[in-house]
Amino acid sequence: MASETAAIGVQPSRPAPWRDPRLRGIALQVAFVALIAAIIGFLAYNTTVNLRRQNIATGFGFLDREAAFGIGETLIAYSPADTYARAFLVGLTNTLYVSALGIVLATILGTVMGLARLSSNWLVAKLAQIYVEAFRNIPLPLQLLFWWGLLRGSAPSPREAWQPLPGLFVSNRGILFPVPLGDPAYWWMAAAFGVALVIAYAVHRWARRRQMETGRQFPAGWLGLGLAIGLPLAVFLAQGAPLELEWPVLRGFNFAGGTVVSPEFGALLIGLVIYTGSFIAEIVRAGILAVSWGQSEAAMALGLRPGQRMRLIVLPQALRVIVPPMTSEFLSLTKNSSLAVIIGYPDLVSIANTTMNQTGQAVEGIAMIMAVYLAISLSISLLMNLYNRSVALVER
Amino acid sequence: MTDIDIAHEIPLAAQRPPVISTGVIGWLRANLFNSVFNTILTIIAVYLLAITVPPMIRWALIDAVWNAPNGQACRGAGACWAFIGEKWRFILFGRYPYAEQWRPALVVVLFIGMILASCDRRMWGRRLLLLWPAGLVLIGILMWGGVFGLRYVETELWSGLPLTLVLAVIGMVFAFPFAILLALGRRSQLPAVRMVSVAYIELVRGVPLITVLFMASVMLPLFLPAGFTIDKLLRAQTAFILFAAAYLAEVVRGGLQAIPKGQIEAADALGLGYWRRTRLIVLPQALAMVIPPLVNNFIGAFKNTALVLIIGLFDLLNTANTALTDANWQGFAAEAYIFTAAIYFCFCFFMSRYSQMLERTFNRGHRR
Repeated sequence: MASETAAIGVQPSRPAPWRDPRLRGIALQVAFVALIAAIIGFLAYNTTVNLRRQNIATGFGFLDREAAFGIGETLIAYSPADTYARAFLVGLTNTLYVSALGIVLATILGTVMGLARLSSNWLVAKLAQIYVEAFRNIPLPLQLLFWWGLLRGSAPSPREAWQPLPGLFVSNRGILFPVPLGDPAYWWMAAAFGVALVIAYAVHRWARRRQMETGRQFPAGWLGLGLAIGLPLAVFLAQGAPLELEWPVLRGFNFAGGTVVSPEFGALLIGLVIYTGSFIAEIVRAGILAVSWGQSEAAMALGLRPGQRMRLIVLPQALRVIVPPMTSEFLSLTKNSSLAVIIGYPDLVSIANTTMNQTGQAVEGIAMIMAVYLAISLSISLLMNLYNRSVALVER
Repeated sequence: MTDIDIAHEIPLAAQRPPVISTGVIGWLRANLFNSVFNTILTIIAVYLLAITVPPMIRWALIDAVWNAPNGQACRGAGACWAFIGEKWRFILFGRYPYAEQWRPALVVVLFIGMILASCDRRMWGRRLLLLWPAGLVLIGILMWGGVFGLRYVETELWSGLPLTLVLAVIGMVFAFPFAILLALGRRSQLPAVRMVSVAYIELVRGVPLITVLFMASVMLPLFLPAGFTIDKLLRAQTAFILFAAAYLAEVVRGGLQAIPKGQIEAADALGLGYWRRTRLIVLPQALAMVIPPLVNNFIGAFKNTALVLIIGLFDLLNTANTALTDANWQGFAAEAYIFTAAIYFCFCFFMSRYSQMLERTFNRGHRR
């Protein structure tokens, strides 16, 4: 008792400074930051010295110089007389194009395969499992080289091109298919499609409100689908059905007309889609399995049809599990598109590599690639996080 | 009256279930033709199999050439497995001196043995901490040589499967401690430490491995003082370690976050400091929890080693590619890639099965 009363009123003695957690924390952080700064400073100093010794000018001035190398596939106008900056832009658009297309196709393939693995049909489930196990366990560069070898090396010359469907040619110059010739009717059809979407949305909102108020249902989904197909079709027929296709024709040693998918682009897209699709299939499967069977039974007890059960009960809950890992698959597909450099598709990394070899501006080139990929990664994360917020569990 | 009659009747002899619900027919009905939609799916799947599988079997087995002196004699309708018979040693061991190739072969066996031993849960603990350094030293001696009368072989000549395993395994072994530090840093109370860790992890995870490899092969020489060079393999290995650490750190962080706060408070109450608390209480529980994702991460790292062909190292994929350039054996890309893919598949499939098995055992306690 005596010691307790003695302790009251006496200020707790401050610990020695080297025992004070707060002071220790500050000291540790100062030392840590100093260490990091010293390492970065050391590397930066070495780099400047080395660059000066090799007579390489630093800075991004080289971007205004003439690139003087050709690029096989471009989405925007480009000639070797253009600047390095323009070449980078070509690479960036190619990267974005193949990634966007790949993400859409891989999601479709992965979802189909994930559902197929859960199918009650034994054969379909087994085939989907074989697909997933085979393609998930083989490195992507190997798959890319394989597809590229198949399209470029094993495919026949244009003169003996395979023709799996009339008008579709597969040769070592790529995959060719006919395209419709431009016609003003197509613009009208696009406009009709837009109008159909607006009407469908309005009907959907009206039907939803009516169902909330009166409980009566209205097949808004089917009406919307009918409008989206029917309206453009009606315009198409009203305009006299101008279906004139530009067919690929063999001229000399190569094809003319039609649209061509180069072996490089084809191999890259096929490889990325099949590889990423096998991961997405597993994510979709796990997501659906994560919804407990009781939910489905409850839905059945309420008398929901299988389609409604999936759409209204299972999918909203599965999406919560699916979306976050799906985001990282989309990110890895985008980053994996940089493997284009192996098979010679002119993506950002491949063009930056050529630029670095020509100019020696390695630091700037790599900094630019990193900045671009970081920007892409952050944008995809941001978009998917927004979407995730809309499907996430709302807790009170 | 009738009720009583029925009740007194002798029960019917047990009947066999209808033929169509048991045996092969029953199985087929239940698994392939249980609805209209499934019947259509089955017919489509069988049709697709019928048009793809027989030509593939004919190509791979029936029309295949198993022995041929050169590529010309091998060219036919089927696969040329003679190409693999001729080139398998090059694909597996690459440019390593031919007479010394028993050494990388032994290294591959050692790696596989060490991985298998680490898979056994009875080995987890101190024994593995003794096994790995000893094994890695032995592997180093075998690969480099220069002692015990073994010929010295510079790293330029290391290639094929041993190189792939070296990059993947050594990469993971060294990335792991770094990853633990990064994960601890990310959860640290000290803002400066936390910010640096977050910046590093997010930066590395945001860029493709290719850029890190480029950086290691092109920029590392620029970063170092003049006259100081490190060889290509070490540069690639560094890139791998730095890259894998960022991904591993996130896995470890997952484990750290799953530790209940009570554990940490209990450690504090016992008077343990930060490092002792982390080493004795937090990490053992956190790491045990994340072993399955760690194995998955290792599979990813193993597949990622195939990227080093971009900076000109001769890993398994690159030796297969190089074997294709032989003028006597032109145009057997499919055979070479299938052979290589089979090797990668064996490793990855085994590890993914192992991680699934671990997950099942680990979840046993959490299941109702």
